[in-house]
This record gives sequence, C-alpha cells and structure tokens, in this order.
Amino acid sequence: MKEKTMFEEDLKKLQKIVEELSSGKITLGESLKKYEEGVRLAQSCSKTLADAQRKVELLMKKDGKFDLEKFDEPAQEEEK
Amino acid sequence: MQKAIKHIYTVSELTQEIKGLLEQKLGELWIEGEVSNFKAASSGHFYFSLKDQGALISAAMFAYANKGLKFKLEDGLKVICFGKIDVYGPRGQYQIIVERIEPKGIGSRQLAFEQLKKKLEQEGLFDLKHKKSLPLMPFSVGIVTSIKGAAVRDILQILKKGAPGVDVIIRSVRVQGDQAAAEIAAAVEELNCFGKIDLIIVSRGGGSTEDLWPFNEEIVARAIYNSVLPVISAVGHQINTTISDLTADVFVETPTAAAKIIVDKKNALIAELTGARHELDFSVTELVNGLKNRLIGLTHMIKSPAERLLEKQQFLDELFSGLNYNMQHALELAGERSSSLIERLRTLSPLSILSRGYSLSMLIPQGTIIKDAGQIKPGDRLKTVLHKGAFISLVQEVIGDEGKNDV
Repeated sequence: MKEKTMFEEDLKKLQKIVEELSSGKITLGESLKKYEEGVRLAQSCSKTLADAQRKVELLMKKDGKFDLEKFDEPAQEEEK
Repeated sequence: MQKAIKHIYTVSELTQEIKGLLEQKLGELWIEGEVSNFKAASSGHFYFSLKDQGALISAAMFAYANKGLKFKLEDGLKVICFGKIDVYGPRGQYQIIVERIEPKGIGSRQLAFEQLKKKLEQEGLFDLKHKKSLPLMPFSVGIVTSIKGAAVRDILQILKKGAPGVDVIIRSVRVQGDQAAAEIAAAVEELNCFGKIDLIIVSRGGGSTEDLWPFNEEIVARAIYNSVLPVISAVGHQINTTISDLTADVFVETPTAAAKIIVDKKNALIAELTGARHELDFSVTELVNGLKNRLIGLTHMIKSPAERLLEKQQFLDELFSGLNYNMQHALELAGERSSSLIERLRTLSPLSILSRGYSLSMLIPQGTIIKDAGQIKPGDRLKTVLHKGAFISLVQEVIGDEGKNDV
C-alpha cells in the first residue's frame, strides 16, 4: 500500500528526471546520479504496476461502523 | 299552457341535481389539455386548470394521487388526465378530480428526465469545470452496484485480467426499485467517508428505462456531484444517458468499459515507464557521447600548445645554432686578429732589434731601461742585453746629449 501511495510522486519525479536528462544541461556527475535515481524510480513504479496481488472486499456498515468482508468472486463466465 | 307544476329548486337541490347528472353522465373520464395556474399547496394537494383554445376547467389532484408523480407539473405542459367530474357546491363550481396524469406525447419518465436534466444543468451540476480528473493510477476502486448483478462480475473479470493489482471495495446496493436511488446515493457518500479508495464506479448492467430509473434520480445526481472522489458512471448496456452519467466525472456505456479505463491507464503507464527507461538510457548515452567528442576536441586543443612548445624549441635550437656560428666566427676573427697582433708584436720585440746589433741597457738593480744619459751617473751599474748574452758594466763617465750626432 505504501508504495502505491508513493506511486504518483515517484512517477512525477521520474518524469522530471527524464526531462532534465534529455535537456542535457547538467553535468556528467549529476546526470549519472539522476540516471541512477531515474532507473530506480522506473523500476519501483513498474514493480508497483506489475503487482498482481489484489483484494476484493465488500464494504458493510453495521451500527454506523464500516467493516470490510471478503468477497468471493463469482466464477468466470463459461463461454469464452 | 305553461301551467305545468312549477318545481322550485333550492340552490342545494339544484346543485345536487347537477352533480348527480354530471357524475352519472360523465363519471370517470380521460381529458387532455394544457396545465395553467398550477399551484402546489402546502397540504400537498395540487390545484391547477386544464385549458384548450376554447375552454378551461379547474382541476385538483390530491396529495395521495400526486405522491408518486415522477415529473413536475408546470404551466404550459400538455397532459392527459384521468379523473372524475366533481361539483363543489359551496362555490357552485365544477372541477375535475385528477387521479392520474401523464404528459402528452412523451412518457412521464422521459419528461421527468428532461425536467431534472434541465434543472441540474441550470444549477451547473454537469459543468465540465466541476469534473474531477481520474487519478494517474487507481490502485483501489470502490464500486457501487449490486453484488447480484452482471456489472460487478464484468468489472471484476476485466480488472482481474488486465489490472490484477487493483484492490476493489464493493458497496452493494439495490440498483432498481424505489429504494435503489437512496441506497446508491448513500453508498457514494459512504465510500467517500470510508476513504482508502482512489475512485468510485457507479454501475449496473443493462435494463429497461424503468430499471435504470434510479440513476436518473436527483438524489443520486447530487451524491455523485458532491463526491470528493472521482466518479465513473457506467449504467446500462447501450447509449441511454442517465442523469448520473451526466453528473459523473467520466461516463462510459458499460461496466466493462469502466474497468477498461483502469486497465488502459495501467497499460499506458507501463508504456510510459518503458519509454522513460529508454529515454534515460538514450540521454545518458548522448551525454557521454557528447562529452567524449568534447574530450577529443579538448585533447586536440591540448596537443596544440605542445606543438607550439616544439616549435619554440625548434626556434630556440635555431637561435642556438646561429649563436654558435656567430660565436665561432667571432672567435675565429679574434684569433686571426690576435695572430697578426702577435706577429706585429714579434716584429716590435726588442729582441729582434737586438739581433740586428742593437743592445739594451738597464740600471741595476732597478731594471730601468736607459733611454737618456741623464738617467745615469758614473758609478752606476748597468746590465746590457745583447742579441746573445749580456754583460754588466760600470759607468765611468756620462756624456750628455751633445754626443748624439756622433752615433
């Protein structure tokens, strides 16, 4: 969950780095640092997107309090 | 002739008679006309007139009858009413008591839809400026729909296949029937309160206009409009735009399409990330290549002073060799000069004169060369150098300058 909340921020950082790097206006040392950072961000964002762990839950309300119940997904349609 | 029995009615009698006649003759009836002078009393009863070009009749629709009315009665509306004629004795008026009313030429639902649409439009609920943009990537999606419906199954299936990392929180509601609208509206609010959700999908599968009706209710529109979270409306299975569609931030025709929006977002992001990786690599390669080229350029520039140094060295070498030549020349000249000087010196040497028979006398022990007789006196000892050898003599007499001519 934590990495998901960071996702948008990371993606924005990555976009900025890509822009900075392609502008070519930074020193080699800086750009290598940025490159490393960019690659790290791209990897972590890709990893977050590739995550295949999902939860499907039902939001219930009992006595004014919210409660999550596991939802058993209906079986996939037969014809495909 | 006219002497028939006169029956004199009382007002009430006559009114009663008229009432009886009218009610008996006309009873329950259908009537069409245009609504005018519409008033909704605080009691909930509606009072209005029905008119056409030639006539006007008062009408009343009591609260019990108008409670379930979908559309709003308003002046100018062409309607068809079902009711019965009633005579209102105290005022001597007849009127029609309306039981049912339908807009003419258009379904009442359709009319209600148009009316609500117009109202909400005027209020600005559909304005684009109120549309929230969807999150870059919704990782947690709230769905307002019935867990028994096809919509939830469709959405889950698409998400599972295309975006299996997306969490789903379902708030199950009835999606048709009288309670549906209130439940849907409440569910939208509840998902907002619950939090931990990136966007809400309000959905149900296809059905009749009747079935989809809750999504045309004002309460649903307001809940969607007030939602802090972006809302996707996905109602029905063909193009039948609902009020909830118009109010939502994004609307699609089917539940499947709603799920596909999320899958598309994910795929677009993956493509963007791949692109970003390539761009990063490209930029750094470019940068390194650029630097390499600059380095080569600089190396050339560095080489050039070295060359200049060589040039200087060469120049220096040339100077040196010139100097050497000049020095040697000067030395040679000097040598020549000195040997001629030596030659001259040699010719000037007194010794060479001596060889020609001259002699040289000097006082001893002072060694003073005697050039003048005045320098000596009798008794001085002299050393006289000859061409070969020398002798010492004693001065006997000094002869002055007068003897010079004799020599």
